[in-house]
Amino acid sequence: MTARARIAVRRDNGFDLNLSLDLADGEVVALLGPNGAGKTTALRAMAGLLPLTDGRIVLDGRVLDDPADRVFVPPERRSVGVVFQDYLLFRHMSALDNVAFGLRARGAGRVQARAEALEWLRRVDLAEHADTRPRSLSGGQAQRVALARALATRPRLLLLDEPLAALDASTRMQVRSDLRHHLADYAGSALLVTHDPLDAMVLADRLVVVEDGRTVQEGTPTHVARHPRTDYVASLVGLNLYRGSAAGTTVLLEHGGQLTTAHPADGPVHIAFPPSAVGLHPREPDGSPRNTWPVTVAGIEQHADTVRVRLDGVPPVLADVTTAAVAELGLVPGRQLWAAVKATETRTYPS
Amino acid sequence: MTAGTRARRGARGRLPVVLVLPAALGLVFLVIPLLGLVLRAPWSTLLDQLAQPEVGDALRLSLVCASLATLVCLLLGVPLAWLLARSDLPGRGVLRALVTVPLVLPPVVGGVALLLVLGRRGILGQYLDSWFGVSLPFSTAGVVLAEAFVAMPFLVISVEGALRGADRRYEEAAATLGASRWHTFRRVTLPSVAPGIAAGAVLCWARALGEFGATITFAGNFPGQTRTMPLAVYIALESAPEAAIALSLVLLVVSVLVLASLRERWIGGPT
Repeated sequence: MTARARIAVRRDNGFDLNLSLDLADGEVVALLGPNGAGKTTALRAMAGLLPLTDGRIVLDGRVLDDPADRVFVPPERRSVGVVFQDYLLFRHMSALDNVAFGLRARGAGRVQARAEALEWLRRVDLAEHADTRPRSLSGGQAQRVALARALATRPRLLLLDEPLAALDASTRMQVRSDLRHHLADYAGSALLVTHDPLDAMVLADRLVVVEDGRTVQEGTPTHVARHPRTDYVASLVGLNLYRGSAAGTTVLLEHGGQLTTAHPADGPVHIAFPPSAVGLHPREPDGSPRNTWPVTVAGIEQHADTVRVRLDGVPPVLADVTTAAVAELGLVPGRQLWAAVKATETRTYPS
Repeated sequence: MTAGTRARRGARGRLPVVLVLPAALGLVFLVIPLLGLVLRAPWSTLLDQLAQPEVGDALRLSLVCASLATLVCLLLGVPLAWLLARSDLPGRGVLRALVTVPLVLPPVVGGVALLLVLGRRGILGQYLDSWFGVSLPFSTAGVVLAEAFVAMPFLVISVEGALRGADRRYEEAAATLGASRWHTFRRVTLPSVAPGIAAGAVLCWARALGEFGATITFAGNFPGQTRTMPLAVYIALESAPEAAIALSLVLLVVSVLVLASLRERWIGGPT
């Protein structure tokens, strides 16, 4: 176990955060929850920017914060890197000097720090922007500089605070897939704070869903999506998400099955669609060009407004149906049906 | 749009005389004396007046002392401003009030206070004299001290304001990258408040340049040693009024230049 934390922070205004986080070596954990749930507070506590009221943070066997034992290691002496929500690149420094900053602060010589920083910029494909000031970088580029800056000090734990929230939709996709690559290359553990379920499911090995300062559920993205414990989690991570390989509009899924999309792509992709986009039919529907495949009902859960049906098949899928449809289709576990998804309802993301 | 603005201005009615009249008087009151200085300046003999050795001495002494005083204020005032803006010292409000006292204190009183502490018989001055043989009052160093005493609050207030306005999250980012507080101060905080420091330094320098009361009380009025421009103006007014006007004109020009440089900083600066 790399990082083990029990984070308790109480404020006078009634805010009360209390959660446990364990991160294994190389694991990427997403802290997912609505705004105000306490995600960023937890991240700040891990970074040492906010002392705990109670609890304990241990990284690689070293106690970083333990109010009961009066231990508090300040941020500059923790092996923790942070990518902030709006990146906080130093405006008066070039991209290169931003990345070299942490190395210089840790005592590296100017020449060596700059050489190493340039290597990090090369890794995020920004070597040609070494001399650019942050204000001249695009959002996606700034995010990559911030990532390089945080990774350059080789932290054991990387914290990312809404790393994609400041980006517009078009760059977001590309940056997300880049980030996935860099996180895969990174040897330490990473904690990602986000309110976007898609970011969390694409980037993380494990989700920790937080609501009102408490963990409401944790597990792999697939597990959380298929077995949401609360209505909130169900609506939050209610997403059919698969990895696969695209050739034109056809995507061959990693664990079997294939789907047709409206937007052609090539190479590895994520493909996603909401459970509400899935139609269920007693026998094979014909006509319109859409994805159809046989499925078996594995489980039925009643949520606030809809009924969510878990279906086994190739691929397995979640479907939201109305209460009326449950009776109409005779939905009971074991019942065999056909699932249908329009190509236009799917979204693909390069991965 | 223009028409709409015009209509609205019309709808608001004419400006009230009870406000316009005193406002105009106030403006005249502020501008006329400066105008008088320009009108009465001995333009034909101006260069000769300024070429007199005493004038040159006073000018040089003023520039050197004001610059040294500004340097002292920067070295002591910037850390002081940081302490006021960033630390969680108890009683910071009291500290801030103490720092601003010289701002409202009559400079003569400042000079007397400096004499009482650093004078030859002063609380600290007697030891400086007997242990190190250093005597500050009535010396050029005394001028620098008197000017720094009066001018420092301008710098501290300006820099503290800039520090308060600066986004502290950049300092947090620096800390997560492993930077000590000193390293962060030097590489992140200082550059981000540089315009505020520059503005404070210019204000501080202008105040030091014009210093009269504390200087004449603490440092006296010795030509070439402690007789700065304002002192020279005052002395010359008795004996050679034309020289006094010429010197005053120089100080006026410097003030206008200072104002212009500040405007540019405040308007064009990144803050």
